[in-house]
Amino acid sequence: MIRFESVSKRYPDGTVAVDELDFVAPSGQITVLVGPSGCGKTTSLRMINRMIEPTAGRILIDDQDVTKVDAAQLRRGIGYVIQHAGLFPHRTIIDNVASVPYLLGTDKKQARARAMELIERVGLDPRFAKRYPSQLSGGQQQRVGVARALAADPPVMLMDEPFSAVDPVVRDQLQEEFLRLQSDLGKTIVFVTHDIDEAIKLGDQVAVLRVGGHLAQLATPAELLSRPVDEFVAGFVGRDRGYRALTFTTVGELAVHDEQTVTLGAPVPSGADLDNWILVVDAANVPQGWLNLVELSRDDTTVSADLLYRGGTLATQGGSLREALDACLSSPSGRGVVVDSDETLLGSITAAEVLALIEKRRPAAASVTGSGSERR
Amino acid sequence: MIGEVFTWLNDPGHWKDTRFDTGIATQLTAHVRFCAFALLVALIIALPLGLVIGHTGRGRWLIAAANTLRALPTVGVLVLLTVVIAPHFYGRTDTGYLIPTEIVLIVLAIPSILSNTFAGVENVDPAVRDAAEGMGMTGKQVLLKVELPCSLPLIFSGFRSATLQVIATATIASYLPLGGLGRFIYDGLAQQDFPQMIGGGVLVAGLALVADLLLYLVQRYTVSRGLTGRFSKKRIPDARLASVTQAEVAAV
Ligand SMILES: Nc1ncnc2c1ncn2[C@@H]1O[C@H](COP(=O)(O)OP(=O)(O)OP(=O)(O)O)[C@@H](O)[C@H]1O
Ligand SMILES: [Mg+2]
Repeated sequence: MIRFESVSKRYPDGTVAVDELDFVAPSGQITVLVGPSGCGKTTSLRMINRMIEPTAGRILIDDQDVTKVDAAQLRRGIGYVIQHAGLFPHRTIIDNVASVPYLLGTDKKQARARAMELIERVGLDPRFAKRYPSQLSGGQQQRVGVARALAADPPVMLMDEPFSAVDPVVRDQLQEEFLRLQSDLGKTIVFVTHDIDEAIKLGDQVAVLRVGGHLAQLATPAELLSRPVDEFVAGFVGRDRGYRALTFTTVGELAVHDEQTVTLGAPVPSGADLDNWILVVDAANVPQGWLNLVELSRDDTTVSADLLYRGGTLATQGGSLREALDACLSSPSGRGVVVDSDETLLGSITAAEVLALIEKRRPAAASVTGSGSERR
Repeated sequence: MIGEVFTWLNDPGHWKDTRFDTGIATQLTAHVRFCAFALLVALIIALPLGLVIGHTGRGRWLIAAANTLRALPTVGVLVLLTVVIAPHFYGRTDTGYLIPTEIVLIVLAIPSILSNTFAGVENVDPAVRDAAEGMGMTGKQVLLKVELPCSLPLIFSGFRSATLQVIATATIASYLPLGGLGRFIYDGLAQQDFPQMIGGGVLVAGLALVADLLLYLVQRYTVSRGLTGRFSKKRIPDARLASVTQAEVAAV
């Protein structure tokens, strides 16, 4: 647990970067600090490992005042990941990852074995171990940065915009893998970002800071979306916050309709009772895409993969209302495809039905929870 | 003419010492000795100084000050120092001449080593330094485990350029009654013996090339491949040396 007690930082030039900050980052959870540029996120983060010293107040890690510990000693017990990774260009990937164990005097062979394990764990090809940082892409370097921070198995991790310098697709992957990793490791993490979507996706709790280093709101992502405390937070959380809040709302079982299907490779069906769109599944009853019966030419007699519309997203039974609504909106037939957790088809649902569910939830919307397993 | 220079160099009689003349082998050794000593002292002074100034960011004025040393006229300083120092030494030793010569060479070598070392440390990516501190390295560890190895390409290029300058300039030792390869150049000039004079110049250039090659090999095996990028995009600038060899040798 990391506790900020009235922490302030005034730089020598008079800038007050952080002002009387009070909050607790609970053990085993991800606390995200988010806010506009210059609001003091980095300053707050770096005060935890004493890269910056506060001018007032205290920071406690598990009730130990950080200023009472030798700075280098303290930092060796805290994982630290920064925006551009900051890998050592003269060391191979494996030696980069083993850096902290080397500092702690761990035997070289053992440190490398551990590093190798972590390289694979963060999703890197083990062949990269002998390469140098300049031979890796930005996203790969960032993974190495995370592996390096984890090498000495520190209970606390500090991450300063670790995924902001990579493209959106890679960022998404890194975020997913980060969450997967965290669900195994259960570290106490303070994560800085200026991206509210990232904050909502990753945080067990989110601290919104305003310029001048004031805490505007500390809440779970769901609460932040449904009940921003003031104009500033509401504006920062963004326009489609209502829609995004649905991410945190589940409705248990969706009542689905049976959906007529045709199997990939079967003859194109015909019949007066058929709709324009028919759902195509494979032999295992996993949805593949939609087939438009009207647009087909005479030559198309069997259902082949290249005839399919694949645009629609799938809703998982037991998933969020956002997923369900999105499945409807993205489906060319207007019917959202609902699958089981093993991806096999259960049936379909319409947008009107999802909206009805949302209507029904409305009075209870305030009491939704947003942490733990529901997040994913 | 080229033929005559070649004949001069190829004459075994010119390589050995005789009763009247000192041979090429002895002068070459003397030359190497002047240079090696000056370079070693310059390295011992400039390398730690450059590292510390780069690491702490304090004392930058020293870098600028050292760079103004480059503007000193070498021969002028040599004469001045000799006039001041030589009278304090009597008898048959060379010390009175050796000291001014070495001072001139050391002063010549310091600026490139110092400013390149400083630039090397200063140019280390701030994110790399931040990560090093953030993982719990002490200041000394950051300097020795990160900043120094990352600066090596620039340090080497500074040292190589200093080496070339010193080897070329050490010929002025012969301006005083000292040995070295400059002997052939000055004597050749005085005796209107041009093959000897040019032969001396060729020997200086040859020595410079051999020294640079040796340093290149040392560099190759000390600098991390991750920095030289001998496989990929990043290349560390290493431009100065070739032009220095030719320019300096020609200037003498
Ligand atoms: N060394 C410093 N000296 C003076 N002022 C500083 C210093 N470092 C940061 N500041 C100021 O403190 C404030 C907070 O800076 P900080 O780096 O913590 O912001 P941030 O929230 O991380 O912003 P960003 O999202 O742009 O990274 C800013 O106004 C900044 O200009
Ligand atoms: Mg920042």
